[in-house]
Amino acid sequence: MVSASSETRDPQRPLVQLEGVGIDFGRQPVLRDINLAIPQGQTLAIIGESGCGKTVLLKTIIGLLRPVRGTVHFDGRDLAKLGERELTRQRIRFGFLFQQAALFDSMTISQNVAFPLRQHTRKTTEEIRQVILARLAEVGLPEDILAKKPAELSGGMRKRVGLARALALEPEIILYDEPTTGLDPIMSDVINELILSTRRQHPVTSIVVTHDMRTAQKVADRVMMLYPVTRLRPDEPQILYDGPPDHIERAADSRVSQFVRGEAGERLMEMRQHNGR
Amino acid sequence: MATVSHIPTDQGFLARPLLAMVRWIAELGDLVMDWVIGVGNISVFSLQTFGWMCARLPRRETLIPAFYQIGVLSLPVVALTGTFIGMVLVEQSYVQFRNLHLEAKLGAVINLSLVRELGPVLAATMLAGRVGSAMAAELGTMRVTEQIDALTTMGANPIHYLVVPRFLGCLLLIPALTIMADFMGVVGAMFYAVMLRGIDFHHYLENSQHFVGYFDMFAGVFKSLFFGAAIALIACYRGFHCDPGAEGVGRAATAAFVYSFVMILLLDLLLGIALNGVYFSLWPEAPKLF
Repeated sequence: MVSASSETRDPQRPLVQLEGVGIDFGRQPVLRDINLAIPQGQTLAIIGESGCGKTVLLKTIIGLLRPVRGTVHFDGRDLAKLGERELTRQRIRFGFLFQQAALFDSMTISQNVAFPLRQHTRKTTEEIRQVILARLAEVGLPEDILAKKPAELSGGMRKRVGLARALALEPEIILYDEPTTGLDPIMSDVINELILSTRRQHPVTSIVVTHDMRTAQKVADRVMMLYPVTRLRPDEPQILYDGPPDHIERAADSRVSQFVRGEAGERLMEMRQHNGR
Repeated sequence: MATVSHIPTDQGFLARPLLAMVRWIAELGDLVMDWVIGVGNISVFSLQTFGWMCARLPRRETLIPAFYQIGVLSLPVVALTGTFIGMVLVEQSYVQFRNLHLEAKLGAVINLSLVRELGPVLAATMLAGRVGSAMAAELGTMRVTEQIDALTTMGANPIHYLVVPRFLGCLLLIPALTIMADFMGVVGAMFYAVMLRGIDFHHYLENSQHFVGYFDMFAGVFKSLFFGAAIALIACYRGFHCDPGAEGVGRAATAAFVYSFVMILLLDLLLGIALNGVYFSLWPEAPKLF
């Protein structure tokens, strides 16, 4: 581990804690009064329909977006109060798997996976190569893709390279943004299995943003459902459900069960009325 | 902007002209606000770039590809356009100068125009078109596909990693491109004047040497530094603030060239006035053509 890890951290203290977090895009609120505590070692799935602010929440946790209200604490540190250098030290304790993998087009697969190692370690070229091979093997990718460019790989392979890159620095917490979106059912399950095996092999905390209920129920030990702010009354909380995955189908709120069952309900009618048709 | 949508629309017949005027003022206000915000954003972006450049130099593996792309690959096109501009200048001026029996003075006018104005502006325009648009499109694509966010999450500052090498490439290599444009323009003009228009080589050269001094060459190269910095900052800023989708990337590339070109001409005018002031204060008795 290269990171500034938690040498004397209190095991009772949540690794990630959000208090009253709010984010607006222009005049449009996207997140409203989000309170969330994630203990170390937990796998949390954040579910919700498109546009409800799942990815925004994920990017807020790693400090890519700054909340206009509230605070984000990582391992007891308020991210808003950290300087550039300290923020970087904290960020490399994270691994982030982006929705479209976000591999660098101009680099080979080998250079992509090596990138964080070259930035933050003093490993030799041979040591870096060994780490790359180990990470690629972990995600089930062969050695012969090392010299390829991301454009030459399939969507599933790119996601797995993205995961290998996210794991390169052995992070303490991994953020997955829609890890199975755009993949076929088999490849989706491969990614789910990889999330589980990553957790088995490394003592990581995971946050998985997804709208795929199979992913949420398979990998998570806690599920949280967000609802779009624009569809809420002013006094309603944005988190409609926060609990174990096997209880979600029995949630009292009909909007939660509607999402879990994937039912459109009156939504199409509402959209047509909204558009004045 | 949202302010416009907040203006009530149903105000009766008499209120309509007033409403239209209020709406127009609101739209104008939004435009001014957008402009002020844009200027503020690019100023902060430029300061961050200078800050990171001074904090530590980028790694060699990021500098060399940027320098190769900006400098080496731009040389042929700058040389070619410089040559043609030199020849075109002779062709367009020759008849008027011959009517005055001053064709031997052509070298002075053309070479002075080349080293003070056309060389730097031409090199900068080619750089803005060839490299500026490509940089904006590349960085825009990286923004849209979250590659810039990925850099940040891996603890690499995107301005230090992506902008500083491009900025240094444009800043340090545009003088070389300018000198190349000047040189090829001078050679092209001389070739056309002497070989195709039959102007005496000795007189052409003598007039050129008499009227074009070191300060003129310095002025051209000095201006080019500002052009290079402006091109890099505008292109990288446009890429970093690219709108989503292919259309956004296309718009960023176009805007990078248009804004760079306008800025090149504006800087050229301002620096031209300033450098002329310096020149005439240093040498009040400048050589006269007639």
